[in-house]
Amino acid sequence: MNSTLASQIVTLKIDGKDCGARGDETILSVARENGIDIPTLCHYDGLTDIGACRICLVEVKGSPKLFAACSTLVTEGMEVSTNSPRLQRYRKTILELLFSERNHVCAVCVSNGHCELQAMAMKLGLTHVRLPYRYPNLKVDATHTRYVQDDNRCILCQRCVRVCAEIEGAHVWDIMGRGIEARAITDLNEPWGASTSCTSCGKCVHVCPTAAIFEKGKSAGEMVKRSFVSELAAKREVYE
Amino acid sequence: MTAEELNELIEQEVEANKLFVHSINVCVAAGCLSSHADQTLDALKKEVKAKGLDKEIKVKGVGCMGLCAAGPLVEIRDASNAAQVMYQGVQGEHAEQVVASAGKQSVQSLVCDTSIPFFAKQVKIVLENCGLIDPERIEEYIVAEGYRALQKCLQELAPTKVVEEVTKSGLRGRGGAGFPTGLKWATVAKAQNKQKYVICNADEGDPGAFMDRSVLESDPHRVLEGMAIAAYATGANRGYIYCRAEYPLAVKRLKNAIKQAERVGILGQGIMGTTFNFTVEVRLGAGAFVCGEETALIHSIEGKRGTPRPRPPFPAQSGLWGCPTLINNVETFANIPPILRKGGAWFASIGTEKSKGTKVFALAGRVSNTGLVEVPMGMKLREIVFSLGGGIPDGKKFKAVQTGGPSGGCIPEQFLDMEVDYDSIAKVGSIMGSGGMIIMDETSCMVDVAKFFMEFCKSESCGKCVPCRVGTSQMYDILCKVTDGTATPEEIAMLEELCDLLKSTSLCGLGMTAPNPVLTTMKYFRNEYDAHIQGKKCPAGVCKIKAAQEVLV
Amino acid sequence: MSSISAMPAPPSSDKRWKLVDAAIKRHGRAGHSLIECLHTMQECFGYLDEQGLKYVATALNLPLSKVYGVATFYHIFSLKPQGEHTCVVCMGTACYIKGAPQILAALEEKYGVKPGETTKDNKLSVLTARCIGSCGLAPAVVFDGDVGGKMVSSDALKRVEKWMNI
Repeated sequence: MNSTLASQIVTLKIDGKDCGARGDETILSVARENGIDIPTLCHYDGLTDIGACRICLVEVKGSPKLFAACSTLVTEGMEVSTNSPRLQRYRKTILELLFSERNHVCAVCVSNGHCELQAMAMKLGLTHVRLPYRYPNLKVDATHTRYVQDDNRCILCQRCVRVCAEIEGAHVWDIMGRGIEARAITDLNEPWGASTSCTSCGKCVHVCPTAAIFEKGKSAGEMVKRSFVSELAAKREVYE
Repeated sequence: MTAEELNELIEQEVEANKLFVHSINVCVAAGCLSSHADQTLDALKKEVKAKGLDKEIKVKGVGCMGLCAAGPLVEIRDASNAAQVMYQGVQGEHAEQVVASAGKQSVQSLVCDTSIPFFAKQVKIVLENCGLIDPERIEEYIVAEGYRALQKCLQELAPTKVVEEVTKSGLRGRGGAGFPTGLKWATVAKAQNKQKYVICNADEGDPGAFMDRSVLESDPHRVLEGMAIAAYATGANRGYIYCRAEYPLAVKRLKNAIKQAERVGILGQGIMGTTFNFTVEVRLGAGAFVCGEETALIHSIEGKRGTPRPRPPFPAQSGLWGCPTLINNVETFANIPPILRKGGAWFASIGTEKSKGTKVFALAGRVSNTGLVEVPMGMKLREIVFSLGGGIPDGKKFKAVQTGGPSGGCIPEQFLDMEVDYDSIAKVGSIMGSGGMIIMDETSCMVDVAKFFMEFCKSESCGKCVPCRVGTSQMYDILCKVTDGTATPEEIAMLEELCDLLKSTSLCGLGMTAPNPVLTTMKYFRNEYDAHIQGKKCPAGVCKIKAAQEVLV
Repeated sequence: MSSISAMPAPPSSDKRWKLVDAAIKRHGRAGHSLIECLHTMQECFGYLDEQGLKYVATALNLPLSKVYGVATFYHIFSLKPQGEHTCVVCMGTACYIKGAPQILAALEEKYGVKPGETTKDNKLSVLTARCIGSCGLAPAVVFDGDVGGKMVSSDALKRVEKWMNI
């Protein structure tokens, strides 16, 4: 199906700007190619999109529904609006929900200043959270020799799950439980340090948008992420 | 099995039945079984044998007769299959009286009056065989015109004609949103792919709805026939029935039906002497409401966590293992054989302009006649609740009908004269859903009901998307504060804001519809919310309001 | 490209593993049969233990975390053993408005167990169900697989009492 879509050239409008694209491209990628910024959280270049965070929702003319830009393909004649007041309002409230869900304390966080959740709050002008904080009591797993997992800062974007399964091929991470009780786990919800499948490659550390996974020995503000995953994804090939 | 063999089988069955003067049918669907209908069936069989009547009277287990509240139900029919009498609450001890009454004076103390509106006003299409045939014998289904529609399709109709007929019938999906079935079939039929699948959604998750369960337990072959016709029409050769594990009897009867159909060559390779192949497998759910959503259901069949994914692409384009997949629910498939037998035009002549045919409703809650009824679309809500349902028991006052489960809403008294179809229910803020109708009287607190459903959505949310995962949790917390009398007007405003957010931004139908019970109760029973917040009182006396000092501490 | 590893040995000589083994092989060790295999394992042992999950994961060539994710997503699966007897109170809408919460409260008061818990002597587990489809007979309670309809607290307590005195 995708090979036929890839050969189609479609034209569409994003925020009034005329854009040309291949039929197998998402609204997000076409927007970014054309210098239009759509905010995202769970999206990560090089990983499969899952449309989970709902931050990248956009309006498409003629439909009452909103669409996740990361996982919606462009179609001929589409008119997309990416930054209406309604969208801005929704994005802010979704961020408020995320901040209220777990324990995000920036001042003491190793990712302070390099955190995508924090950056998103600044970008969208979120100054305070109107919802009560849930203050869940969550675990910190420091059993791994090099890394730490801290559930308190996890936003369940599943980047770690995807990078480990899709790029590293180890599938150490997954999500257990469901709803508000969902948690990122390694193996059979065992201590990460005891994992038999982890290769200690560190990809999960570098795709984590917050500091739910970070390197040991870093103190507040020191955890800076490297981005090499999209390159790895692009260069993947079957040898011979 | 060829057409001749099918006819032969019918003749044999009819011949064998001729010997009997009477049949005593005992409902052995789940409702009556929980009233120990199995013991009643055993006692009747023993009694007939003891009296030496086993050549004249046939005692058999049949499917649901509808009035679960009066179970176990037993019906006596004569050789021409005309009903003599229906008995209610029949226990083992009544066996002697019941058997003795066959063809004679009925036992007055046990008679269940079938002239009451509950029975008399029903129009049965989906349930036409329920209560009449033994669900564990394919022969009985075949004699009742079963598999004739499939035979007709294979022999006389091209696949496109079958799709046309379904389109003409105006049938809409009976699982929730009411999407036109013909359109869905046409999309899958058009998809260019060698491998396609047909899935029957038997994950009846709406609490308060049990029609799919009843159909599966009472007439499983009808669903298989509907699926086989769909497979033929769309070009699929494999089918899955995704059934709730909470329905063990339905699973057992389905598996049995599949085995029988394979044995006689109605499922398998080269069906009825044609080149059409179709096999069906049952897959068990494991207790996840969200798996009623198409893409989550597909993930579950693939052995994964039942989380939905964004649509498009729709399953009709890319579904199970990436192949075009048709998903319909049990009641939808059950409508297919009669539509193909009698024609789409016949079906379209029943019901309202935009909602054709009949709908099975499950009446439950504070209503006298709890059970299943099948009525033409467009019947007035008042008639369903007060005439068929027999009204509210114990002299209590009607308050609301809850339809559509956690995705639906509460319909108040002012809409009782509404004609029930997809669009009219949607207009008042609820949904048809799978057809559950929970009737509530003055003893129910509507805020408590909204809280009940929000707890449901919160714990059934898959946790993938943020609005549903965190939003349902926050909304539940606010509703808890309303019911204990500590909520503030600001919190109510936030509740309304979150309703709008979830409706617009959630990834799947579960999150998008989760606000419906809150929105409808806030709209129609605002006084009850106000009573809790300002009056610190629960009018129905259900909620435990915190005393003022407690709040201060 | 992918190679299938040898079928692992069952965790113990317990005969019930043969049934799990049969379920795994019936589906050709396909990963998509995970839920079916977990159902079989739970039917055989009453719950899913860590060793069993590891066994199924290896046999189906699935990542451990994926198996754990599935086992904890679906509410029917239990990762801890249940009591000798189970009492499942239906909390569907019809049962809820007709008094299911009162039945749960009565059970908790008498035996000190909340839904999802088991008594200390391991005799009784109290569970709830979303809807068992017996709405016509609400409220419904399932005692060791046997459905009882139109229950009031005293009926339910009486049924449970019979188990506790043995």
